[in-house]
Amino acid sequence: MRGFLLNRLSQSLVLLVIVSIIGFGILNLLPGGPLAQFGLDPGMTQQDIERLKGLLGLDRPIWIQYLDWAWRLVHGDWGHSFRDGAPVLQVIGSHLFATLLLMGSSTVIAISVGAWIGIRGATRRYSLFDYLATVGAMVALSVPTFWFGLVGIYVFSLKLGWLPAGNMSEIGDDSILGYLHHLILPSVVLSLVHVAIWSRYMRTATLDAISQDFVKTARAKGLSERRILMKHVVGNALLPMITLAGMQLPSILTGALVTETVFTWPGMGRLFLDSLGYSDYPVVMGLLMFSALLVILCNLIADVVVALVDPRIRLA
Amino acid sequence: MTALAMNAGPSRWWHSRAARRFMSHHLALLGLALITLLTLACVLGPHLLPYDSLYIDLRARFSPPLTGYHFLGTDPLGRDLAARLLMAGRISLLVGFFAMLLSTIIGTLVGVIAGYRGGWIGASLMRTVDGFLSFPSIFILLALAAALKPSPAMITVVIALTSWMEVARIVEAEVHSLREREFVLAGRMLGLSGAHIMFREILPNAMGPIIVAATLTVARAILMESYISFLGYGIQPPLPSWGNMLNGAQQYLASAPWLAIIPGAAITIAVTSFNFIGDGLRDALDVRDDRV
Repeated sequence: MRGFLLNRLSQSLVLLVIVSIIGFGILNLLPGGPLAQFGLDPGMTQQDIERLKGLLGLDRPIWIQYLDWAWRLVHGDWGHSFRDGAPVLQVIGSHLFATLLLMGSSTVIAISVGAWIGIRGATRRYSLFDYLATVGAMVALSVPTFWFGLVGIYVFSLKLGWLPAGNMSEIGDDSILGYLHHLILPSVVLSLVHVAIWSRYMRTATLDAISQDFVKTARAKGLSERRILMKHVVGNALLPMITLAGMQLPSILTGALVTETVFTWPGMGRLFLDSLGYSDYPVVMGLLMFSALLVILCNLIADVVVALVDPRIRLA
Repeated sequence: MTALAMNAGPSRWWHSRAARRFMSHHLALLGLALITLLTLACVLGPHLLPYDSLYIDLRARFSPPLTGYHFLGTDPLGRDLAARLLMAGRISLLVGFFAMLLSTIIGTLVGVIAGYRGGWIGASLMRTVDGFLSFPSIFILLALAAALKPSPAMITVVIALTSWMEVARIVEAEVHSLREREFVLAGRMLGLSGAHIMFREILPNAMGPIIVAATLTVARAILMESYISFLGYGIQPPLPSWGNMLNGAQQYLASAPWLAIIPGAAITIAVTSFNFIGDGLRDALDVRDDRV
């Protein structure tokens, strides 16, 4: 177990270094590079910019600049927003909760609905339900999330008037119920693609588990089909889903960005777009690095949890 | 169709097992039919319609579909929606196709080299792939699109740069398993160069998974283009694309819902079709794939 942990940890560290190199590369690719803020000032001459470059150490070799940047990153100095001068980490922190809430609730929907569809499809293989679920999943994967959001707003907010069309709460209304009411539509919209993904994986995993010997043994013991399904099949089918949950994170973040835009949800995705609009590169870069860190961390956690739950992996 | 031909060998390809299996995959045939229709409509349609996609008719602003002279209605400037939809389709399908081509080339190169060479070259290439996969693709896509000049060609390149990793992974796994086969060994003993073995011997045998991945990449690229154009960083007006037609649609959702519904439906139909075709090819070419 210790060896496995160390191994996975060192892999994640290597990945972090690579991610930071890619991030640094993009930072330098952006027009104006790290000095973009000053390029916007009409009073700046080329000489001023050259002087600033020397002052900020941007005339040093690129690899020294990278090490310096990475060093500050590690020490929590992620720069300051061009817009209001607030530290980048603080800006991200103030938008984190809204995004995590949206991602969390949509993941709960995706896993529960997706698992139900997948298990039902696998136990009734080649039935009409299975066929419709397969086709439906492929269509769901093809629907642009923002369009599904617009159609959702049109039907449930404008026509039926059941759900609010955007924002996290009404002004002056801080009740939990109000938040939940606002949460329903965006989290359902964000979950659509992932319901499709989870149902496909769950179907495959359940079919794999059903064909295992221990299921035959359980049948031979005379256990009821229901008990076999719930205890032996689903338990084993859910195991690989933990890894999948970690792997799905980048795609959930991508979906969250457009969902937040459509529903004016005050999360990280909206922050990213706003910052991009203002050429607020420190925040853009901060979010890029932060999301990658989140992804690597969650994958690491998922792997460790699987290893803890599944005794077979400890041997590896 | 060349895809199937390559797999079938010298005899007539439409008698091959792969072609027969593809033909019995109803959804794939449906997808193929829809894409053919859509492509034909986008190529020929603008010549047949009486309206130019850029012609502004301020007297006919916000005409709903199926009323007056405009079959699909008009937009806030009174431009014919059908004409714009078909011109947008040209851009979106072209961007999707060329982004697929470019990302498949990059992904295949990286995958073949990483899979064949192995060792530290392979490891570092594949870790780079993992690194790229750790970023939510739309964050990188938007940052790059905002940084570079947003012409259709540049958008294509940017989409390709953020979607080659899947292909690279698939090709690497395939090449890795082919590397130890007899025909590769024979090639080495004949003294063939590494490049010859990689691209003339191994690559043709790995075509199945590449074709499937490429088809699904078209679907993904069309979706990605629509995402960034919807957010305003993709194809820039007045050039229409399916994504940027939706860009301003939300503010008119109550009064002119067709502005949002119609282009989105076009995207969904195109992407679903490519996904259906990809699924059919996967069955036909016997590609084992754990992805959805």
